Amino acid sequence: MSTLTSKVAVPRLEQQGHLTQLHVARSEWTKLYSLRSSRWSLFTAVVLTIGLPLLFAAVTSSRWGTMSPGERARRDPLEIALAGVNLSQLAIAVLGVLVVTGEYSTGMIRASFTAVPRRLPVLWAKAGVFALVTFVLAVPSVVIAFFASQAILARHDILQVSFSSPGVARSVLGGAVYLTLVGVFALAVGAIIRNTAGGISAFAALFFVIPPLLLLLPSSWHDAISPYLPSEAGRAVFSLTHGAGTLAPGPGLAVFVAYTVLATAVAAVLLVRRDT
Amino acid sequence: MPWVIEAIGLAKTYGDKLAVDGLTFTVRPGVVTGFLGPNGSGKSTTMRLILGLDAPSAGDVKVNGKHYREHTAPLHEVGALLEARSVHTGRSAAAHLLALAQTHGIGKRRVDDLIDLVGLHEVARKRAGQFSLGMGQRLGIATALLGDPSTLLLDEPVNGLDPEGIHWIRNLLKSLAAEGRTVFVSSHLMSEMALTADHLIVIGRGRLIADESVDEVVRRASGGAVRVRSPEAALLRNLLIEQHATVVSSEPGLLEVRGVTAEQIGKAAFAHGIPLYELTAQQASLEEAFMELTQEDVEFRTAEAAPVEEGAAA
Repeated sequence: MSTLTSKVAVPRLEQQGHLTQLHVARSEWTKLYSLRSSRWSLFTAVVLTIGLPLLFAAVTSSRWGTMSPGERARRDPLEIALAGVNLSQLAIAVLGVLVVTGEYSTGMIRASFTAVPRRLPVLWAKAGVFALVTFVLAVPSVVIAFFASQAILARHDILQVSFSSPGVARSVLGGAVYLTLVGVFALAVGAIIRNTAGGISAFAALFFVIPPLLLLLPSSWHDAISPYLPSEAGRAVFSLTHGAGTLAPGPGLAVFVAYTVLATAVAAVLLVRRDT
Repeated sequence: MPWVIEAIGLAKTYGDKLAVDGLTFTVRPGVVTGFLGPNGSGKSTTMRLILGLDAPSAGDVKVNGKHYREHTAPLHEVGALLEARSVHTGRSAAAHLLALAQTHGIGKRRVDDLIDLVGLHEVARKRAGQFSLGMGQRLGIATALLGDPSTLLLDEPVNGLDPEGIHWIRNLLKSLAAEGRTVFVSSHLMSEMALTADHLIVIGRGRLIADESVDEVVRRASGGAVRVRSPEAALLRNLLIEQHATVVSSEPGLLEVRGVTAEQIGKAAFAHGIPLYELTAQQASLEEAFMELTQEDVEFRTAEAAPVEEGAAA
């Protein structure tokens, strides 16, 4: 800044730009990676997805000798391989909420909507970029988790399943699909509630509090409702076995996708209508 | 196409609070237009309505002939600095500017140019949350200039700046207007506007009070009073009253005359051989003009605020 010259020469922009969905997606990618909190959340999700199965595989193989036949029968190699998904979904969901609410709490949303006044491209870009990043990180994480946990169990030659056995690859990759959808669902919840604490609480209530509460209902009610909860329908995507109380993978995926689409649609309508 | 902001009957209510009440005005290119009003008079709300961040309850506002959101490259039309901070505290200044630039396919070089322009080079990689108020304002200015816009909307841009920064902003605003851009800048400080603005839009309680040049505002507020000092004040007073002037005298030998010009007084005095020691057309300072314009508004608000304070204390 110079105070000596009275004229301030603002450099001219050489080439006129224009607003496109792809440009907005590029912008959202920059927003995502330039925050320390998003890098940490994603790193945590990867570590949990891979680390937890290793831990459970190690404990299971070391304690195998002391287990009763009944207990051994209840061990499920895929449950071990995908144990991390249950926890890493929380890291992904928190980040999904933050991707939107972080802009509201800091006021960044005003800058974003000034640059993109139609607003919806921001929502699509946020959801698209976050889904892509989550999926790209989740696929190798679950595959590594599967093969690494199998390798640990193989040392005692227990609980071995082949990746090519029916349903195994679908379950493993289903874990990544589930994480991706959870992320988009949480992002939509964040866009609806626009407040970090509120968004995370709403997600936690839906996924972690309501499902066990339903056990208080008469069991016929519980059995009728429970499979259609977002968390339970989503779980069907990455479970190998499907009992009477759960949906098959296909319908489970369809139900969970429907919830995600619904939440995103509500978020879109509110985003356009509300003042910022 | 003319670069203008056009508001017609613009109104906004929040709950039952009327923030902006039927504003109609036009902001023209090539001059700095000051948007003046006491705190809470609806300036920031009007800015948000122009940008479409809030939807008007009634009326309409267009920028360069279209609603802001209908432009295909909004950042080239309007650059905005809003009063409330609009930066993610966890992101660096460079990343913040880059992310906004990318929405329009504008590259990193433009970002670097603007960081240099506003003097944030050394802190560009630091997180914006650690910025001082002044640095935050500079980042806001850089954000506003990102798209090389034809219209600038700046809400209280000198807030928190040091004298050097304030001086720089004044020059910047004048330079931008001289380039033919539309520059709309709000302030609650009349003295600041006196130094930068050519035209003023004054509001109080969301309503338009004045829309005229800075000179006109001053002239109107001073009411055309003329100060006259004469050893024969009493004689002159009678003469002027005959000419339907209003005359007030606060001390012997001194008259404050309204309703006639200094020229008419001089001629009348000369015709009757009355000596004059002083003949001054009164110029109210811009500050006084502003106080006078918004007086009713301020008085009303103070009276209204009292019960609220009692309620809060109870």
